[in-house]
Amino acid sequence: MKTANPKWGTRLLNAPYILWSMIFIIVPLIMVAVYAFTETANVFCIKAEYKGKTYDYEIEMYTGEILAGNPGNFVLDEEKAGNVNMDYAKEMVAQCLGAEYSEVTFVEAKPEYNRVSSFTFANIKTAFSGNYIRAFGLSLRLSVIATLISLLVAYPFAYALSRTGIRSQRIQMLLIMLPMWMNMLIRTYAWTDIIANNGIFNKMLGLIGIGPVQMLETEGAVIMGMVYNYLPYMILPIYTIMSKIEPSLLEAAEDLGCNGFQKLRRVIMPLSLPGVISGIIMVFVPSISTFYISYKMSNGKITLIGDLIETQMKNQMTTGGLNVGAALSLALMVIILICTFILNRTDKDGEGGMII
Amino acid sequence: MKHVNRLIMTLVYLFLYAPLVVMVVFSFSGGDHTSVFQIVEDRPFYYWYEQLFREGNPLLRCLWNSIQLGIVSALIATVIGTVAAVGVYQLKSRKLSSSILMVNNIPMMNPEIVTGVSMMLLFMFVGVLIGVTGEKTNFWTLLIAHVTFSTPYVLLNVLPKLRQTDPHLMEAAQDLGCTPAKAFFKVVIPQIRPGILAGFLMAFTLSFDDFVISYYTTGSSFKTLPVYIYNMVRKPVTPEIYALYSIILAGILILLVVYNLVSAKTPSAGKKR
Repeated sequence: MKTANPKWGTRLLNAPYILWSMIFIIVPLIMVAVYAFTETANVFCIKAEYKGKTYDYEIEMYTGEILAGNPGNFVLDEEKAGNVNMDYAKEMVAQCLGAEYSEVTFVEAKPEYNRVSSFTFANIKTAFSGNYIRAFGLSLRLSVIATLISLLVAYPFAYALSRTGIRSQRIQMLLIMLPMWMNMLIRTYAWTDIIANNGIFNKMLGLIGIGPVQMLETEGAVIMGMVYNYLPYMILPIYTIMSKIEPSLLEAAEDLGCNGFQKLRRVIMPLSLPGVISGIIMVFVPSISTFYISYKMSNGKITLIGDLIETQMKNQMTTGGLNVGAALSLALMVIILICTFILNRTDKDGEGGMII
Repeated sequence: MKHVNRLIMTLVYLFLYAPLVVMVVFSFSGGDHTSVFQIVEDRPFYYWYEQLFREGNPLLRCLWNSIQLGIVSALIATVIGTVAAVGVYQLKSRKLSSSILMVNNIPMMNPEIVTGVSMMLLFMFVGVLIGVTGEKTNFWTLLIAHVTFSTPYVLLNVLPKLRQTDPHLMEAAQDLGCTPAKAFFKVVIPQIRPGILAGFLMAFTLSFDDFVISYYTTGSSFKTLPVYIYNMVRKPVTPEIYALYSIILAGILILLVVYNLVSAKTPSAGKKR
């Protein structure tokens, strides 16, 4: 029951946040889509006059690719590629025209940033080809494994936790959350110290005569990094929902003749399913999109989709870098949306235990 | 069953805390690399702590940057989020309020990397449009990004508290002669204060710890601690960062103990948790 009181709190109170989220949440997402379906170029637009004729040239700012104009006999200097400036672009134009630099008059020469071309599927095609699709597959596989392991560990843990005393539960909740307050970069970095070939773990193995085992730079290490970083996100929702299960329900089940396993299968699992679903989403989403964990745990040897997005965005200087990065982000977002949608449907069907 | 439970719990805690233990222990190593524990002559066990507090250490500057950014962004996010929560609470139109909440969910559901990339594209586009490159606007882009991803959490902390308040109190205050604004500050704010405080703390922690979104919205003039560490951690590093984070860990532990002692003494606060 809300009594409407128009005097305080008018609709205007919504305006700041609606405006903010439009500009900084919705518009950026639209921009991802726009970049994904276009090609953005930074170009030098040069208008040159030579022997009474004018020529228009467009030269890509970074790579030196000639996007418009007749290249003539010009061949790009290997050394200059990736480092083209306005002066060199002018020289290029002169060479394209087969003229001496001094013979050409430059009517106009200006840089143009972020020039958006027309609609194209090229970036999306790139995002679903070769290396990229392999990275998608690998990310999907590793993050699914990490999510399953987290679930297998977190479920009994959350169950056991919800059975302990109130005081112990409070302390243990803090204990689980405490590592999350430390920066994940540092914690992941510390793991690499533990499992490195000359790390603590291998030294301990060495004491019992097992030679150094290669752990870093394996898929297992990446999976472990994911499980380590996101396990609390699985424990917390499952624990929260399990601690809300009425003990009387369990007693009723016992009275009706359920044994321990049936109690788990028929009562606890169906009731805890919503917690399991949100746990799965909360572990799966950051796992599939991580780039730091994979980089650090494999010393850059295992490339996940997050790593590729990072490289593309860093190569923003080259034509298409931003666009491919945007296309990859868009694809990642769509994949996650589909997974979340499927999971939420499972929840609504109320089929307990289906996931496990 | 009891023993199995205990075993699982022990293993999980071992797993969760192993890197923290390594971090603290290795921060006292004398060597130049984090990978091995070394005792070096002429270097006391607190050598890297001493190094940490040397004049002009970039780590400390970035730590200060992170704290500043965290406080400013959390304050702004708290104001925007609280106002928005009151707005949503007041809305009669279900459609509008649920669509606001849906948009509010986007930064929380979207992978961080996508949020980061999307904001980077926006900032680059606008930057080129108005002719400003990233270097000078660096702090502002980070601030906008941090406010954007932490406001949703503030809203979701405040809204339930608002829904628990009694609307008649507000009316009573106005009947007794308060202006609506005064009634709001005297009656509603005290009731939702725990939600606001929790939202602020959450916003600060999220901002202080954020790496991924900052990474995409930062430039070179204003670096936060996680971004600095990322660039540093790409090569072998000295135990200095372990020392820094050991201090942060100690700080968090002290805060937690104090908080628990205080909330244990005031039973009402204890019950709410």
